[in-house]
Amino acid sequence: MPQDFFGRIVYILNRNGMSYINGAINTMIIAVVGTFIGCLIGFAVGIVQTIPLEKKDKLFKKIILRIVWFVLGAYVEVFRGTPMMAQAMFIYFGSSVVFHINMSMWFAAFFIVSINTGAYMAETVRGGILSIDPGQTEGAKAIGMTHVQTMLYVILPQALRNIMPQIGNNLIINIKDTCVLSTIGIVELFYATNGVAGALYTYFEAFTVAMVVYFALTFTCSRLLRFWEKKMDGSDNYDLATTDTLAHTSGLYSYTGNKDREEA
Amino acid sequence: MNQEQVIKISHLSKTFGKNVVLKDIDFSVSTGDVTCIIGASGSGKSTLLRCLNLLETPTTGEILYHDRDIANLHKEAAAYRAKVGMVFQSFNLFNNMTVLGNRMVGQIKVLKKKKEEARERALAFLEKVGMAPYINAKPRQLSGGQKQRVAIARALAMEPELLLFDEPTSALDPQMVGEVLDVMKQLAKEGLTMIIVTHEMAFARDVASHVVFMADGIIEEEGDPSQIFSNPQNYKTKEFLSRFMRG
Repeated sequence: MPQDFFGRIVYILNRNGMSYINGAINTMIIAVVGTFIGCLIGFAVGIVQTIPLEKKDKLFKKIILRIVWFVLGAYVEVFRGTPMMAQAMFIYFGSSVVFHINMSMWFAAFFIVSINTGAYMAETVRGGILSIDPGQTEGAKAIGMTHVQTMLYVILPQALRNIMPQIGNNLIINIKDTCVLSTIGIVELFYATNGVAGALYTYFEAFTVAMVVYFALTFTCSRLLRFWEKKMDGSDNYDLATTDTLAHTSGLYSYTGNKDREEA
Repeated sequence: MNQEQVIKISHLSKTFGKNVVLKDIDFSVSTGDVTCIIGASGSGKSTLLRCLNLLETPTTGEILYHDRDIANLHKEAAAYRAKVGMVFQSFNLFNNMTVLGNRMVGQIKVLKKKKEEARERALAFLEKVGMAPYINAKPRQLSGGQKQRVAIARALAMEPELLLFDEPTSALDPQMVGEVLDVMKQLAKEGLTMIIVTHEMAFARDVASHVVFMADGIIEEEGDPSQIFSNPQNYKTKEFLSRFMRG
């Protein structure tokens, strides 16, 4: 084995490159799937939490909604308030010992990351919905949209755009935090690196590589999401629709009222 | 024109906590009427309009829409709102859609029209307000006056029986006020039933068929525009108008 730092890194890459790649792939799969499902959970929870309750609503609806809100609130607080590593141990080992459910390692990994992200995203989505100008809701209501239609076509698309940075944030946190899943035996990037480091006792070099790979993953993701955000915003330019066959653009509005106004 | 009563309000009151905003309001609107509601800020004009569209629930009283009480509608509130359009002071265009999308979404989702039909109608109304060339623009790319004209077209595309305007020109500069008022004047000429809350006294005088003056949550005086503007009976009306019409 070479004696200098860079020499050892090259040596490690030649010898264990594949385990790094596999580890990185596993990390990304868990992070991306977990974030995606987490977002779905977050949206569902956030949307339910922002259902308006009016005085004239039926008592039954009020009670049901209050109960659901309580359960969702408890979910958010519990999963936001406990470490993911502890949750991983609790769910993966606890489920097999207490409930005799043998969930696969992978299912447990997706489950834990999703449910965690969901708890964070729920609050983010709720905030995103609340951040939309109430005038948008009123505008939608004024043309006769129901609450569901208003949410679907007007509020959520705007809320989604506003919380995109937070979704990116969650993805990046998840890429890094999947390392806690090594405790339940998932061979992701951290686990793989540990193996490489232990085999040759080259902790410094092995984790240098791991750090670079982690950073490359998160940085790429953050740039990709930024690019996607820009795309969502659309172009700042717009064409006047003079080529539109249905629009008779020659008929620009003429200010017929000018004369009246001068007299007034 | 056949003067059928569209809306009749009786004994309408609205309180926010202990704050009484509207006290025992009575008035009615028939088809083809252009009713202008004038009065100082905070006199309850906008609240009255928002009650008419059920954006606020009246505390007590009745709102009869074609002789049917709608003040406590629950499930059908959306269907009612589809028939009574509203134009806001702050435009409230949907920021996530283009000008054309803003027009079409209500027709497609609420009136269940076909896409092509909705598009054709949307274009017709946009042309009416002079915004046809801007169908691909997003609301943030438009000026205030343009936004308000688009908002009017959006309301019109729903073919409302009654159109409510909540200070449509208050957020605009004088130049843009003109373009929006022109559009509204045109609509009045075409016989659309409108209730307009406005601070544009000259506009109210020229266009309204009926003027309502409100102060402190009460209708102090109502009547013909010529009578209200040239010979107000109530001293509050006199004082209010003298401040506005000076010069």
